[in-house]
Amino acid sequence: MIFVTVGTQLPFDRLIALADEAAPSLSRPVFAQIGVCTYTPRNVEYSARLTPLEFDRLFSQADMIVSHAGIGTVLTAQKYRKPIVLFPRRAALGEHRNDHQLATVNALEGRSGVYIARTEDELRSLLGSTLTPPDMESEHPSREKLKSALANIIAGQKS
Amino acid sequence: MSDMKDLQHSSIRLLAVASGGGHWEQLMLLRPTFERFSVSYATTDPALGLRDGIDPIYALSDSNRNKPFIAFKSLWQVLSIMRKTKPDVIVSTGSMPGLLCLIYGRLTGKRTIWVDSVANSERMSMSGAFACRFVTVALTQWEHLARPNGPKYFGALL
Repeated sequence: MIFVTVGTQLPFDRLIALADEAAPSLSRPVFAQIGVCTYTPRNVEYSARLTPLEFDRLFSQADMIVSHAGIGTVLTAQKYRKPIVLFPRRAALGEHRNDHQLATVNALEGRSGVYIARTEDELRSLLGSTLTPPDMESEHPSREKLKSALANIIAGQKS
Repeated sequence: MSDMKDLQHSSIRLLAVASGGGHWEQLMLLRPTFERFSVSYATTDPALGLRDGIDPIYALSDSNRNKPFIAFKSLWQVLSIMRKTKPDVIVSTGSMPGLLCLIYGRLTGKRTIWVDSVANSERMSMSGAFACRFVTVALTQWEHLARPNGPKYFGALL
């Protein structure tokens, strides 16, 4: 199953419409969390807003995640080791307040299990592909450094 | 970390605050660190407590800078959470509701910590830039955004 999500804060009709239109030609079913989108899907199952438990259940069942470039979804894909396709929102199209999602995909490009679709054609082509999930995370030195610095700060010690 | 030190830490009351979504996912990645203290959690989507096994979880309205009136409403929620949890330290990964908690913390002399979202790779978030002006410590997750008298960088969650 392909799980599509655009967060719950802002509409992203361009992504939902594209996934909905592509769905009949795909070999896998698509489920979309459409948030506050105004576009109503015709070809895929969808929900405006899943509970966190339902969200995680569908997420863990999916074999591909397609998402706006939101960090929450990227981290959840890492947690469940799912390949994720990121389609960034664009401020010029009224999809976000600024273009930080473009910066996010630039920063994430090349990471294992992360696939970037900068154009609608790239997105269509990725939807029909079989994607490799991210490598098993062995160590995360940068994360551990942040956590240990934060522990010292909370405890009021010099870090 | 020795047992002695952990014991000492657990007496520090910590309030950890994040809006639902990416801010909360980042807060949860930091959870092992928070659990070394006596921690309470607050968020805009209390159903997350069910998913992550956090009970009680304190609810805050989902205010943002486009909805100042709701921000005012969440001020009352902040006061109530502070009364119940009596934190020594407040930490937030964003966004506006977390900022409100930190403002309250600053006004009442608590240690306040802002961890800017890893999503902000080009500049600090607006809330984060504001937090930098008054919090005890502000952290960015991007080394190039660290400043001698501004946000510090130690590492990142991604």
